[in-house]
Amino acid sequence: MTVIAESIILPERRGTAGRLSDFFWRHPHVLLAVLLGPPLLWLGIVYLGSLFALLLQSFFSIDDFSGLINYEFTLATYRQLLSETNLDIIIRTVTMAAVVTLVSALIAFPIAYYAARYARGKWKVLFYLGVMLPLWSSYLVKIYAWKLVLAKEGIVTWFFEKLNLLWLLDAWLALPVVGGNSLSVSYTGTFVVFVYVWMPFMILPIQAALERVPSNLIEASSDLGGTPAQTFRYVLFPLALPGIVAGSIFTFSLTLGDYIIPQIIGSSRLFIGQAVYAQQGTAGNIPLAAAFTVVPIVIMGLYLWMAKRMGAFDAL
Amino acid sequence: MTTAVLFDNVSRHFGVVRAVDRVNLDIAEGEFFAMLGPSGSGKTTCLRLMAGFEQPTGGHIEIFGETAEGVPPYRRSVNTVFQDYALFPHLSTLDNVAYGLMVKGAGREERRKAAEDALAMVKLPGYGTRRPGQLSGGQRQRVALARALVNKPKVLLLDEPLGALDLKLREQMQEELKSLQKSLGITFVFVTHDQGEALSMADRIAVFNEGRIQQLGRPEEVYNQPKTRFVADFVGSSNVLSTKLCQRLGVKAAFASLRPEAIALAAPSNGALSLAGTIAGQSFLGATNRVVVDVDGARIAVASPAAHAVPAIGSPVTISFAARDLHPMEDA
Repeated sequence: MTVIAESIILPERRGTAGRLSDFFWRHPHVLLAVLLGPPLLWLGIVYLGSLFALLLQSFFSIDDFSGLINYEFTLATYRQLLSETNLDIIIRTVTMAAVVTLVSALIAFPIAYYAARYARGKWKVLFYLGVMLPLWSSYLVKIYAWKLVLAKEGIVTWFFEKLNLLWLLDAWLALPVVGGNSLSVSYTGTFVVFVYVWMPFMILPIQAALERVPSNLIEASSDLGGTPAQTFRYVLFPLALPGIVAGSIFTFSLTLGDYIIPQIIGSSRLFIGQAVYAQQGTAGNIPLAAAFTVVPIVIMGLYLWMAKRMGAFDAL
Repeated sequence: MTTAVLFDNVSRHFGVVRAVDRVNLDIAEGEFFAMLGPSGSGKTTCLRLMAGFEQPTGGHIEIFGETAEGVPPYRRSVNTVFQDYALFPHLSTLDNVAYGLMVKGAGREERRKAAEDALAMVKLPGYGTRRPGQLSGGQRQRVALARALVNKPKVLLLDEPLGALDLKLREQMQEELKSLQKSLGITFVFVTHDQGEALSMADRIAVFNEGRIQQLGRPEEVYNQPKTRFVADFVGSSNVLSTKLCQRLGVKAAFASLRPEAIALAAPSNGALSLAGTIAGQSFLGATNRVVVDVDGARIAVASPAAHAVPAIGSPVTISFAARDLHPMEDA
C-alpha cells in the first residue's frame, strides 16, 4: 500500500535524472535537439563536408609533368573524363548497373511477393534467414567462392557437362562482349555475382512495400473485372513501386561504386570504382578520381528525379 | 420471378472449421436481401462465395442460372462494396470509380463521363480529382458504392458497408441505399451484424449462426415470430419464456418468445394472459422505459412507453400480454 501515493500530485522528483526528465517533458524540442544534434553534425560536417571537399578537387587539375595538383579552377579534368577511354568506363559501368538492377528486380519481385502474401510463421522466419544469411558472411569470401564456382574447372562448367549442355555454355562464352575464356573472366560472371551480392537489398524493400498493400485491394481489382495481369499492372505494381525504386537505388548505386567484384571476377576492363581506385592510388590523379566519383552522384540524382516524375513516391 | 443467386446445399470448410455449412438460399432478382448474424456466423463467407473470392467445398452456386463454381471474380457480373471500402490509394476518386470500365477497355472519355455520373448519383459531384486519403469515411463509402455501381452489376454485394460510420450518417445512408436500390432495380445482398439495419432495409433477411441459416423470411416474420432461441435473442432482444412459464400460461411448447413491446405493465383486459412479479430494474431509453420484471426468478424485459410512470424497484406488478404475441419456438 505504501507505494500508492496519497496526494493527487506527486512531489517533484529529486536528483539530476528526475529534474532532467521533468525538464525534457516540458521542453520536448530540447530533447529532440539533443538526440538529433550529433548525428546531424556528423552528416552535415564530416560526411557532406568531405564529399564537397572531394567534389572541389574535381575542378582542379594535375600537372602532367610534375604530378602535382594545380589549385586553379578548371574544367580540364572533366574534359579528360569525357575522353573516349573514360567514357567507355562510364558507359560500361552504367550499363552493368542498369542490367543488374533490372534482373535483380525481376528475380526479387516473386520472392518478395511470396514472402509478403503467403509466408507465415516459420516460413517467414526461413525467408528472412535465407535472404539475410548471405549478408552475414564476408563479402570477399563470397566473391572468391564465386570465382571458384564460375571457373573453367568449377561446378558450373561441371554441371553443364553432366547435363550435356556444354555446347550451350561454350556458345554463350563465344559471344562478343558478354563472353570470354570462362565465366569467371567474362562480363556474364561479373553480372551474376553482382546480382547475387545485391539481391537482399532488392528483396527486402519490395517485400516491405508489398506487405503494406492490403489484400482487399487485390480483391477489389479482381471484383471490378481486372484480370490478374491487369491487377498487377494497375494496382500491385504501382503500390510496390516505391519499394522497387528503393531497392534499385541500392543495387544501382552499389554496382556503380563497387571496385572489388569487377577486379576479381570479369575481364580486365575497368569499372568506375576501379578507375577511382587506380586514379587516386597508383596514378595519384586525385582530380580525375574526384571527377569519376561525381558520375554516380549525378546519375543517381537523375534517376531519383525521373522516378519522382514517374510517380514512384506518390503512394508513400 | 428470376432467381438472382441460388445456393444449393453450399458448404465452405476451412480445415475443421465449417464457416458455411449446407446453406440453401434463393435470392430473387431486384430483391434487397440481408444476411444477418454475429461475427463468425458465416454471412461474410457466403458473400465472398457469391463474389468469387472463395470457392465452395460442397454444394452448388448459380448466379442468374449460370454455374458460379470455378468462375473467377473478374468474370462475374457481381460487384462488391467492401467493408473498409478498399479504394485504390494511388488513384484519384475519378480513376477509382472508372477502374472497372478501364480494365474492360472503355474509352477515356466514356469512362470519365460514366464515373462522373456515378459520383453525382452518390451525391459527390466534383470530387473526382481528390485522392481517397483526402475524403471522410462517409465520402469514401459513397465512392466505393459509385465504383461498384458504375459497372451496372447484376448483383451488388455490400459487406457491412455502414459499419464504420457514425449513427446519424448511418441512418442517412440506410435511406439512400434503400431508395437507390429501388430506383436502380439491382439485386442487393447486404451483410450486417446490426439487426436494426437489416430490419429497416431488407425485403428478406437470412439470420446466420455457426455457418447455418437459422431463419429466412420477411423482417416482420423474423422479428415477430423467431423460429429459434438464437433468432429471438439476436434479432432485437426478445424474452424467452422457459418451459415452466410456458406450462403455467398453457402454451404447448418447450420455449416461447415474447417481445418486450408486446407486454403492458397493467392488469389484463379481456382474454389477455398475465403474470405477477416484482420490478427488478429500469432504464430510460428515450421513447420507452426498459423495465425488467422478476417473475419467480425469470427476468422479463418490458418496453413501457416513457409517458407511463414506472413503479419503484421492488414493488409488485402485474404484466399482461395477448396470447397471440406468445410465439412457440422449435429448439432449446
